[in-house]
Amino acid sequence: MARMTLSVNGRSHVVDVDPDCPLLYVLRDNLELNNPRFGCGLGQCGACTVLMDNRAVRSCSLPVSRVGTARIVTIEGLASPGGQPHHVQQAFIDEQAFQCGYCLNGWVLTAKALLDTNPKASDAEVRRACESLICRCGSHTRIFSAIQRAAKSQAVRA
Amino acid sequence: MKTHKGGITRREFVRDAGGLVIGFSIIDAAITPQLFAQSTVATAVPPSPKKLESWLHILPDGSVQVFTGKLEIGMGVDTAFTQIVAEELDLSPLRVKFVLGDTATTTDQGGVGGSTSVSLGARPLRNVSAAARAALVQRASQQLGVPVDQLQVKDGVVRAAAGSRAAAAGSTGLQARQVTYGELATAIAAEQDLKVSGAGFALNVESSAKPKDPSKYTVVGTSVPRIDMAPKILGTYKYVVDVRVPGMLHGRVVRPAGVGATLVSVDDSPAKTIPGYVKTVVEKDFVGVVCEHEWAAVKAAKAIKVTWSAPLQAFPEQKDLYNYMRAATPKSTRKAPKTGDVDAALAGAAKKLDAKYDVPFQSHATMGPGCGVADVRPDGITTVWSGGQKPHALQKGYAELLGVPAERVRVVWMQDAGSYGRPGFEDAGADAVLLSKAVGKPVRVQWMRHDMTAWGAKGPACVYDLAGAIDAQGNVTGVRFVSRAFSGGEILYLPDAAGNYLGAQLTGIRNTTGVDEFADWGANAPPYRFPSLDASSHVLAGFHESASPLRSTHLRDPEGPATSFAVECFIDELAAAADIDPIELRLKHIDEPRAKYALRAAADKYGWESRPSPRPNNSGNVVVGRGIALGVRNGTYVGTIAEVEVNRTSGVVKVTRLVCSHDCGLIVNPDALKSTIAANLVQSLGRTTKEEVMFDRSSVTSVDWNSYKVARASDVPASVEIVLIDRKDLPPGGAGEPSSRPTAAAIANAVFDATGVRIRQLPLSPERVKAAVNV
Repeated sequence: MARMTLSVNGRSHVVDVDPDCPLLYVLRDNLELNNPRFGCGLGQCGACTVLMDNRAVRSCSLPVSRVGTARIVTIEGLASPGGQPHHVQQAFIDEQAFQCGYCLNGWVLTAKALLDTNPKASDAEVRRACESLICRCGSHTRIFSAIQRAAKSQAVRA
Repeated sequence: MKTHKGGITRREFVRDAGGLVIGFSIIDAAITPQLFAQSTVATAVPPSPKKLESWLHILPDGSVQVFTGKLEIGMGVDTAFTQIVAEELDLSPLRVKFVLGDTATTTDQGGVGGSTSVSLGARPLRNVSAAARAALVQRASQQLGVPVDQLQVKDGVVRAAAGSRAAAAGSTGLQARQVTYGELATAIAAEQDLKVSGAGFALNVESSAKPKDPSKYTVVGTSVPRIDMAPKILGTYKYVVDVRVPGMLHGRVVRPAGVGATLVSVDDSPAKTIPGYVKTVVEKDFVGVVCEHEWAAVKAAKAIKVTWSAPLQAFPEQKDLYNYMRAATPKSTRKAPKTGDVDAALAGAAKKLDAKYDVPFQSHATMGPGCGVADVRPDGITTVWSGGQKPHALQKGYAELLGVPAERVRVVWMQDAGSYGRPGFEDAGADAVLLSKAVGKPVRVQWMRHDMTAWGAKGPACVYDLAGAIDAQGNVTGVRFVSRAFSGGEILYLPDAAGNYLGAQLTGIRNTTGVDEFADWGANAPPYRFPSLDASSHVLAGFHESASPLRSTHLRDPEGPATSFAVECFIDELAAAADIDPIELRLKHIDEPRAKYALRAAADKYGWESRPSPRPNNSGNVVVGRGIALGVRNGTYVGTIAEVEVNRTSGVVKVTRLVCSHDCGLIVNPDALKSTIAANLVQSLGRTTKEEVMFDRSSVTSVDWNSYKVARASDVPASVEIVLIDRKDLPPGGAGEPSSRPTAAAIANAVFDATGVRIRQLPLSPERVKAAVNV
């Protein structure tokens, strides 16, 4: 076990954990953050996605010791401090994008990371960025619409 | 109807003289309920459907709490319920809150199944809402001194209708002007008995109050945003995986080395050095570990040394599966009533067609692999949190597993990841029960990916042999249909007995609940009418009687997609052989106007050019085609058209366009319905082109997302177009499954149209397509 300090959703947390423990279990079981969810534990589906210094990463396969001082953001930390939904979240809400929604961390956070670096992503670029994600319910058409909607609202805000 | 005095948000009620008190907050009911036994005498009496208060409470703030044994598994059913209740009560949907699937507080409505939640499950909700409205208006009439027929209700405020005599009187100040549902709720509720009929899905209650005429609907039929969607996307929604009970431990299970492997020994000494390790639980062939932390449990499950006997070679080689199925002696057979003389039709046919269709085992492969939390107290009082589709059945099954009366077990449904039938959430809950019982503390079991994909029950493999006769004039004169399938109920979809669960089977409890469910023509294919028809269906025995990773059960639209793949492709074959357009042939042989309308609606939207398949002059390397299929399921009609590009070199089938017409009667929420249909189309596209459970002689070898492939972003058509057919004159029907049904046949028919090659085996993988088109 090792003590370490994690920056999660803008706050510092001291945790005493097995350094090999995947970040996912630290977020869920030590910090009681519900949204990174276990899907496969193999990095194959994206249900456990978090942002690490603004990049979408799979927390199920990332040992917590590798996080260091990186800033971790989960769905819980995406809204503004005043509680306004992030415009990417709002776009997914406006499109009513999901069925069960269990997978949504992967899609919402991958979309955010994509639009941060490529605000005018084409449909083909969106699909390529999302190819490694699974949505078992098949909500893809709404998800793609939501990402395009988010890109548009981002362009208006910029 | 139960009403509440004052501003209480907690309710406590004594269930019987035995002294069991169930106390919980309505708001966090699903998260923290505990049963507090004051005696060892059992316990909680389930709410009686006869009582209005079992269904509906008016709260002091004027909002309504509705209790239903139905659930929400991702398709927005609770939003539809909200609209239906709000409509009858003349209340804003924002003031309607639901408790779903808690056996202590909701009636047994059979849980979810058969796409019946709105068509059947909403009926009692509509009727109790109408009964409550009538009682509230009656009470308002007494308080306001205004006759009932002169009152109107708007968002829970009862006042004299504009223009009525009472309104005129009220305006002079002689009468109180209005009263709210919240104010009326402080009055003592009148006991009201409802007339109960049916059970399970068909449970209904009625009173003398008549529900609204659908022509007056203002909330039903509108695209109210789904009540779960914003909370999910904002991260405040709680799934079953998020349940945390004080003192809760974490469990993982270790499954046998293959089918029929029995436990030889367990050495848990390597796990003892893992901080937080609690115990390895062994009961015959059931093995699990329990730890204080989830990661410790993951590690401990890997660390313990488990030795199994050699597994049985119970399965055929995968390449021999369909031959095995055709050669096996059926366990049971069902024949549909014969029409005409098929033998004579075939003997006298100008053209005779024979075709064999094969559909593999498929997996639910839910996004989350299954999770259950159980708190089995030493006195047998038990709470289980589960995402299983049938909480009231689970209550009985878990009670049997524990050897206690059902009344001592409370099952609280919470949403898991999708569901699509009987995916294994039931088994994960049973694992939690077994582990919690063994350690005497609450245990959360989260399955690993392979526990779901490899060991979860499967949608059954099905094979079909079809023959058809066409006369000299090009008319279809007869069809013979023979199916052979593993039972859709080998593991009963109603999980109400201990033997139903995988973990329980590993402890040695036999599955005595299985039923023979057939891949039959009648329920699973459109009701075509031919001069002669002979349809028979066989169920095959499972490969192994207990704890088989190829045990079969309900997977979304059980036997529907498979049977429709065979029948709707064969209809296409007949049309091609008769050299007529495939829609024209279907219209000729089906009577139901709604089926015809659905076909035409899809064709119009697509811009269907009437001609026989295959498409002429399609000789390039990348060829394009279109195909149609019809789905008819319990009064819902679906016409799906697929457009594909087939690459002859790579064998890749790219679905470029899907058009789907959908008639499920009256539409409650058009936008949520469209979203569910679009998702059905994409999921079933994956089942058509990718999904196949892989196995060797003893084990399932498709264990994760690399070895069990499903639809991904690159598979999704550029255009998915849905045509909703709203039937305001009909009751709402089912929509959860029907649009899964015709997709496979539509795509396979499009591949034929493009290539002239008929592929009769799913999935339409690049290897299979490449081999077929390059003969």
